[in-house]
Amino acid sequence: MLTAIIALTVLAIIFGLLLGFAAVRYKVKSNPVVDQIDALLPQTQCGQCTYPGCRPYAEAIARDEADINQCPPGGESTIIALADLLGRDPKPLNAEHGEHAEKTVVYIDENVCIGCTLCIQACPVDAILGAAKQMHTVITSECTGCDLCIPPCPVDCIHIIPAIDETKKVHVELPQTPLLLNEME
Amino acid sequence: MQDKLNSIPVRKTQWKFHGGLKLAGHKKQSMQTGIATAIVPEQLIIPLQQHIGRPAKPVITIGDKVLKGQCIATLKDPTSITAAIHAPSSGEVIAIETHAIPSMNRQTANCIIIKTDGEDRWLPSIKPVDNPTSLSSDTLKQLIIEAGIVGLGGAGFPTHLKLTAETKPLDTLIINAAECEPYITCDAVLIEEQADKIIQGIQIILHTIGIQHCLIGIEDDKPQAIQALQKALATINNHTIQLIQIPTRYPAGGEKQLIQVLTGKEVPLNKLPHDIGIVCHNIATVHAVTEAIKEGKPLIERVVTVTGDKLQQPKNMRVLIGTPMQDVLNECGYTESNDQSLIMGGPMMGIHLDSADYPVIKTTNCILVRKKQKQPVALPCIRCGECARVCPANLLPQQLYWYTRAKDLDRVQDYQIFSCIECGCCDYVCPSHIPLVQFYRYAKTEIWTQEADRKKSDHARERHEYRQFRLERKKAEDAERKAKKKALLNKKQGIKTPEQDSKKAAIEAALKRVKERQSEQAAIAKNTEGLTDEQQKKIDEVEQRRKNKLQKEKLNTKLEDN
Ligand code: SF4
Ligand code: SF4
Ligand code: SF4
Ligand code: SF4
Repeated sequence: MLTAIIALTVLAIIFGLLLGFAAVRYKVKSNPVVDQIDALLPQTQCGQCTYPGCRPYAEAIARDEADINQCPPGGESTIIALADLLGRDPKPLNAEHGEHAEKTVVYIDENVCIGCTLCIQACPVDAILGAAKQMHTVITSECTGCDLCIPPCPVDCIHIIPAIDETKKVHVELPQTPLLLNEME
Repeated sequence: MQDKLNSIPVRKTQWKFHGGLKLAGHKKQSMQTGIATAIVPEQLIIPLQQHIGRPAKPVITIGDKVLKGQCIATLKDPTSITAAIHAPSSGEVIAIETHAIPSMNRQTANCIIIKTDGEDRWLPSIKPVDNPTSLSSDTLKQLIIEAGIVGLGGAGFPTHLKLTAETKPLDTLIINAAECEPYITCDAVLIEEQADKIIQGIQIILHTIGIQHCLIGIEDDKPQAIQALQKALATINNHTIQLIQIPTRYPAGGEKQLIQVLTGKEVPLNKLPHDIGIVCHNIATVHAVTEAIKEGKPLIERVVTVTGDKLQQPKNMRVLIGTPMQDVLNECGYTESNDQSLIMGGPMMGIHLDSADYPVIKTTNCILVRKKQKQPVALPCIRCGECARVCPANLLPQQLYWYTRAKDLDRVQDYQIFSCIECGCCDYVCPSHIPLVQFYRYAKTEIWTQEADRKKSDHARERHEYRQFRLERKKAEDAERKAKKKALLNKKQGIKTPEQDSKKAAIEAALKRVKERQSEQAAIAKNTEGLTDEQQKKIDEVEQRRKNKLQKEKLNTKLEDN
C-alpha cells in the first residue's frame, strides 16, 4: 500500500517535472490556432473584415470577437473551411462587409502617373514598382486586388481590371439542376 | 494466305474490369466507305495548345509564307508538356489571335491562322528514314518530338514523354485499339486500311523504349480490323507482339480498364501505368509515329469520324488539323438545325459544342451530330447503388455526388474523385437522372482552383510579412542613422557628443560618490561633538575598559613568552 503511494507520487513528480520542462523547452511562440485560421484567409489584406489585415482578423476570430463570415474575398469556400476548422456551422457571408466578387488586380495608367509614391506606401504586398517622380507600375502576379492603393492616388490613375486566372479558365460550375423534391437530409 | 492467318493466334482475354456498360454501337453507319480525304479549307485555325500542359511557342510571324509540314510552333524544352505544331498546308500566316477551341467551357486560346494558297506544297527538306530500327533510341525520340506527335485517342498527352522509363523499368507496351465509345470508328478504319504501318509503328516504339513485349487490345466487334492486324503481324513473324480480343464493353478503352482486361493487373489508386511497368499508346498515335519516321510527315492531319443520325453522309475523313468543323460537316451533308446537338468525341465522354465554329484539333477523333436529348429533371438520389455497380473505377458515385453538393471537398477527395475517369456510366444508369459527371467536373476544377488560391494567398502572406519586417527594419535603421547624423553635427559645432557627455557624466558621478563618502565619514566623526556630560562619561568609561583590556592582554602574552 505504502509502496504504491510512494511509487505513484514519485511518478507524478517525475511526469510533472517532465511536462513542466517540455512546456518551457518546446514553447510555441505564436498561437497555433491563429496560424491555422490565418492559413485559410485569402491574404488580400484589404481590411473589409474591419480588421487591419488578415492576421488581425484571424486573431479576432481566435479570441471569439469576430464571426467567421466577414471576409468577402474569401467568400463561401473560406467560410466553409473556417467552419470546418473551428467545428462551427457555416453561414452565409455577412453582407455588411461586402460581396464576394471576381478576382481583380489593378493597373496604373502610366501616362497619367506623376510618380508620387503614395500607392507604393499603401500596398501591403509590395506589388508596386517605382520611385519618386518616376512612372509606377504594378507587378500583376503579386497584386492581390485589395484596392488599397486606389484612394491615395492623387490623379486617379489606378484602375481595376479582372485578374487572369489560369484555373478559372477550366473551372466548371456546379450544375443548377431543378430538383423536384428537397433531398433527404 | 489462310494458313498464315491462322498461324497468328488471337488470344481471348480471361480478365475483366469492374462495372461498365453494354452500349449500342452505332458504328456501321460511318463504315460504309473507306477513309475520304477532306478538301483543304481556305483558312486553317491552329491552336497553340491542343492538349493538357503548356502552349507551344510560335516561330513564325504574321505575314510569313509557310509550306506544308513546316514547323510553326515549338516546345521550349523536351521535358515540358508541350508538342510542336506544323503547318498543315502551304499558305500565309495572316494572324495569331485568340479563337474559341473545343473544350468543356468555351475556352479560347491563341491560334495561328493560315490562309491556304491551294497549292498544298510540301516542305522540300522532309527526310524519310527507311530503316528506323537502325537508329538509336534518342534519335528516334528526337524525331518524334520534332513531328509534334501527341496521343490521338484521348487527352493528347505528348507522345515523346511516354517513351522512356523514368522511375521504374517498363516491360510491356499496350496498344489501345479498343475504341469503346459508340459511333466512333476512326481507329477501326485506320486499322483496316493501314495495318502494316501500325505494326511498323509498334516496332519503332518498342525499339525506342528498348523493350520487346507488346499487347494489342481490340474489341471483338471489329472482326475486319482484327483480320487486318493478323495479316500484318503474319508478315513480320514477331511473336512478342500479341493480339488480344476483348469483349465489347464500355469503357474498355479507358487506360486502366484496358490494362486490367489485358493483363489482370490493377493500376493502384493515384498511380500511373508507368508505376507497374506498363505504357499505353493509342493505335492512331502509333500510325502517326510511322508516318513521321518512315515518311517524314509531321502530325498535320488525322482521321476523324463524322457521324450521327442527323447526318446524310456519315463517314471517316482524313482532315488537316485546324480545318473548321463547319467545312468538314459540309462535306457530309450537314444542315444546321435547332433540334440537334454537336459533340466533339463520343456520346458518353464527348464535349458538347454550341456551334460548328471550332477547328479540328489533334484530339478530335469524332464529330457527332445527334438529335438533341432533353435533360430530364433531376430527382433526389434514392441511394439505389446502380452507379456504384457500373463504375469502372470502382468508386462510390453517390457519395461523391453527396459530398460535392455539400461542397465538402475534403471528403470528395477522400472518396477518390481524381480516380473518376468521367466515363459517364453512372450518369447513364442513374434512375433519378442526376447529371453526376457535371458534379464531378465541378468538384475537380473547384479543388484545383482552391489549391491555386491557397498557393497564391501563401505567397501574398509571405510578401506581406516581409513588407512588415522591411518597414520595421527601416524604422530601426532610420533611427540609427538619425542619431549618427546628429552626433556628427554636434562634433562639427564643438558640442560634445553624447558619448563624451556620458564619459564626463561617469567621471562626475564617481567624484560625487567619493565626495559623498567623505562627507559621510565627516558626519560620523562629527557625532562626538556636542555630547552631554553623561554621554562623555560613558565614552570615557568604555575607553578605560578598552585600555585595561589591552594592558591585560599584553601582560598575558609577556608571561607566556617567559
Ligand atoms: S477581408 Fe479577408 S482578405 Fe480582407 S483583410 Fe480581412 S481577412 Fe484579409
Ligand atoms: S497593387 Fe494595389 S490592389 Fe494590388 S495589392 Fe497592392 S495595394 Fe492592393
Ligand atoms: S444511381 Fe443515382 S439514384 Fe442511384 S445511388 Fe447513384 S446517384 Fe443515387
Ligand atoms: S463517371 Fe466517374 S464516378 Fe461515374 S462511373 Fe465513371 S468513373 Fe465512376
